[in-house]
Amino acid sequence: MAKTARPLSPHLQIYSWKFTMLLSILHRATGIALAGGTLLLVYWLSAAASGAAAFADAQGIIGSWFGLLVLFGFSYALFFHLCNGIRHLFWDAGYGFDLGTAWASALVTIVVSAALTVIAWLAGISFMGGL
Amino acid sequence: MVELALPRHSQVKEGKTFPAPAGAKTVKTFKIYRWDPETGENPRVDSYDIDLDACGPMVLDALIKIKNEIDPSLTFRRSCREGICGSCSMNIAGGNTLACIKPIEECKGDVPIYPLPHMDVIKDLVPDLMKIWAQYESVEPWLQAETTAPSRERLQSPEEREKLDGLWECILCFSCSTGCPSYWWNSDRFLGPAILLQAYRWIADSRDESTGERLDNLEDPFRLYRCHTIMNCTRTCPKGLNPAKAIGEIKKLMVERR
Repeated sequence: MAKTARPLSPHLQIYSWKFTMLLSILHRATGIALAGGTLLLVYWLSAAASGAAAFADAQGIIGSWFGLLVLFGFSYALFFHLCNGIRHLFWDAGYGFDLGTAWASALVTIVVSAALTVIAWLAGISFMGGL
Repeated sequence: MVELALPRHSQVKEGKTFPAPAGAKTVKTFKIYRWDPETGENPRVDSYDIDLDACGPMVLDALIKIKNEIDPSLTFRRSCREGICGSCSMNIAGGNTLACIKPIEECKGDVPIYPLPHMDVIKDLVPDLMKIWAQYESVEPWLQAETTAPSRERLQSPEEREKLDGLWECILCFSCSTGCPSYWWNSDRFLGPAILLQAYRWIADSRDESTGERLDNLEDPFRLYRCHTIMNCTRTCPKGLNPAKAIGEIKKLMVERR
């Protein structure tokens, strides 16, 4: 018998990161961020329901540079989670499991979600007639 | 449970250094995880400088050279030295593979060698595989048929046999399961890629008549559905198999049979 408890072998500490692994943890991280972002949305809506002064406060916070940064992250999280969710749908249907495809679809997810975020913001800014 | 850091008694300390013999021209450093159950000390990483001109081409050759010539206390599993027994699976340069078919020259710089990740260590590079073998047993990995046995073999068409390709080749080295973050956090309940690929090997077999029961056994939020298609299993398999796809096929069957 061993004199001491068996140690646990190193895992995250030594495992080399892979692109598909990064996408997987980002999917979870953006999922959590979306839950947080939804609370922000609820705050904004309830401020709107509480009257002009509360709504002006909320607009002030969300319209500040920090608020806009959070909104930008929120929107990227949304588009990333959407694109990667579609990637998961393909997997659920049985497609895209070979390594090359999984890597390529990861790259497509990153690029398309970034593009959609930028397009959404440009559209939003031009709709408002500037920031 | 997700625990990102190692428990206190598992944290790895710096160990001894064994320099190369004088006159060695092509020197490579192997940094190897060591843990001795007799001492009660924490694991450590020992450095061995090896003269590659006097060593075989594979990482296992270097390990055997160390054990024979430098440090006989180094402990690891090995048997066939040709990638078919699955004994020498370990983490080499950040990825799980078989030491016997991993060329040293594929490793840039120093070569870190650890036991299969997130496992209880028995000694040095030898992990405790009892739990994963018990999980293997839980999928009943043998042919099950109720119909009367024919007077000869149970026949399969070439097409039916083809469905087993990419499944039967698994040698149960557990590189995939121990490279799967989901298995790291939930190995008490999630079966992991190796066992699920084996489960699918029997589900996909036209001669097996227990498909329904096999799927029943897997239909569980943890046993099957902790797979999030991280793809580490497929990327690390030293036999080039695709456990992620096998798991995907099981998930598809779960939907189709509703």
